[in-house]
Amino acid sequence: MSALLNHRLAVPAVLIVLVALLPLVLPSSFYLRIATLVWISAFAVIGLNLLMGYAGQVSLGHAGFFGIGAYAAAVLPAQLGVPGIFAVVIGAVASALIAYLVGRPILRLKGHYLAVATLGFGILVAMVINNEAWITGGPDGIAVASLGIKKLLKSAFGLKVKTAELWYWIAGAMLVVGAWVAVNLVDSPTGRALRAVHDSEIAARVAGIDVARMKLVVFVVSAVYAALAGSALALFNGFITPDTAGFLHSIELVTMVVLGGMGSILGSVVGAAVLVVLPQLLTMFHDYEHLLLGLLMMVFMIFLRAGIVPGLRALVAGRGAA
Amino acid sequence: MTLKLTNLLGAAAVSVAALSMGALAASADTIKIGTVLSATGPASFLGDPEMKTLELYVKEINAAGGVDGNELELVAYDSGVDASKARTFATRLVEEDEVVAVVGGSTTGTTMAMIPVFEDAEIPFISLAGAVVIIDPVKKWVFKTPHTDRMACEKIFEDMQKRGISKVGMISGTGGFGKSMRDQCLDVAGNYDVEIIADETYGAKDSDMTPQLTNIKNTEGLEAVVNPGFGQGPAIVTRNYKQLGIDVPLYQSHGVASKSFIELAGDAAEGVRLPAAALLVADKLPDDDPQKSVVVGYKDKYEGATGEPVSTFGGHAYDGLMMLVEAIKRAGSADPAAIRDEIEKTSGFMGTAGVVNMSADDHLGLDLTAFRMLEVKNGDWTIAE
Repeated sequence: MSALLNHRLAVPAVLIVLVALLPLVLPSSFYLRIATLVWISAFAVIGLNLLMGYAGQVSLGHAGFFGIGAYAAAVLPAQLGVPGIFAVVIGAVASALIAYLVGRPILRLKGHYLAVATLGFGILVAMVINNEAWITGGPDGIAVASLGIKKLLKSAFGLKVKTAELWYWIAGAMLVVGAWVAVNLVDSPTGRALRAVHDSEIAARVAGIDVARMKLVVFVVSAVYAALAGSALALFNGFITPDTAGFLHSIELVTMVVLGGMGSILGSVVGAAVLVVLPQLLTMFHDYEHLLLGLLMMVFMIFLRAGIVPGLRALVAGRGAA
Repeated sequence: MTLKLTNLLGAAAVSVAALSMGALAASADTIKIGTVLSATGPASFLGDPEMKTLELYVKEINAAGGVDGNELELVAYDSGVDASKARTFATRLVEEDEVVAVVGGSTTGTTMAMIPVFEDAEIPFISLAGAVVIIDPVKKWVFKTPHTDRMACEKIFEDMQKRGISKVGMISGTGGFGKSMRDQCLDVAGNYDVEIIADETYGAKDSDMTPQLTNIKNTEGLEAVVNPGFGQGPAIVTRNYKQLGIDVPLYQSHGVASKSFIELAGDAAEGVRLPAAALLVADKLPDDDPQKSVVVGYKDKYEGATGEPVSTFGGHAYDGLMMLVEAIKRAGSADPAAIRDEIEKTSGFMGTAGVVNMSADDHLGLDLTAFRMLEVKNGDWTIAE
């Protein structure tokens, strides 16, 4: 059982089954939308989890990359006539470049300097988006032109799909591919080097690992994940506001990582699912919504300290042994 | 550990049970209306009074026998300022709650994110947000109640025209409100033969606007100054204005139409003019003013029920709800399409924002009488017209 769970393809396989079967039990496009939001968030969280769970670095400005992806998909087609799909690629490349420039000097230092630098970076991105209203639409947000996939499907194959269904499959596919890439990265020499860095930087350095370079690679990768997730959200919603790039969203992403379990790809999905679905469940408590959300997170953190997925796995393993 | 885990599962089971009970509670002859507001978070100054107003009046309408004998049910969600969340709740109102109409959307961002959902589902939506893009171009299923920045600019320029002022300096906040209003003012100035001869801005956290005001003061031929802005910036502008001894009239925007502005600006506020909704001066309206009974009625009810001072934002929610209820009554059914047609036919409706006359090309329906030009005298508002 545990050998099977630890296999490299186990996580993507679980996700494929989940994504494929879920629509059968979801009664309406409202639920499809929630699931789509979970997949998109989970995609960004997987990237951040690589950074936090494997390289041992925290980014407090990941929503900045998310925002760059989102606004690339919104602004480039509207202002410069760039086709949507290229805009997504440009957003991802721009995020990678910025992550490289920010990360290169900082990741040579030991300790949590990256957290402070990314904190500033995230706030900067949000400020630019808020202030440069002539490009970004400012605090009121901006509409995002659709990719035209729906039209294409209709004219080429005569297929008529709802936006909610279409994006459920796109986001689901993104998640599976994202998880697959992440699992492979973790299982590669880079991943093993990273884990060594996470355990002890000095030992890793002695073993001949270029610690700074390893951290930089992961930081860039995680920025690309966030940017792609941002583009997906923008295209899915058709409208985007600056709080997507805001500090609170950064914190939300970090919370998803910690809640689901650092260093667990499946945990990233669970963490995203909990934080996207819970507010919907708690609406009936209305006035106490935030209180209950906080309380539940405290309960999770007290009883499943390593995060939900690793915590439950340890519980199951513990019981098996006893 | 086992015990604790069982507790957790128990809690989960309870919440699932609560969920299904909530779904069962709705009975057959209730009219379900929905709302998504920014009741918490940075825009709660908008969403909180709106939420309280809707809850208060839905309760009151039901106590008085409902709409044509049918009980109103309000399905309310709090989206914060998160546009994506607002859109999720909008989908939920349409798909799960099956509401017949929606009054909500505290901010322009959340409103714009929700519009496609209601347009697709063909559910009438009355927005409570400010920007003119919501109803211009006209969207079949979307209406709004608050006056726009553009109208505030027009009101100010109209007043200037009456006083024979044509050369105007402008100092604007760089926040969303100030920026949007600045653009609108620049856009309509020409219609009133007003020329903007100085155009300065200040940041949200600036604590001294003397340099910008000095520039404006030194501009040749200056006859008045307008300050589109929100929060404490305009109060600082007003004080600096006095300190520099600028003696031409100063106009503030409807964004500072609250008592705290006069408190912050102190003596310097004397003589400052600004356009505002009648709600702010409810008690000072002459008795023969047709709007007086509506605004005094709302003010007394809201302040009595919540113990908080009335705000124009709650008034927007009142207008939206009442317009909707009247449309449902006229339609004689809870069919969304029939309700939409009747909202569009709204005419002569007296709300807190003014008289509303909607039409197929005007989904706002307010004219400039919606605004009153106020002047600060002896530390209080007076009506300047």
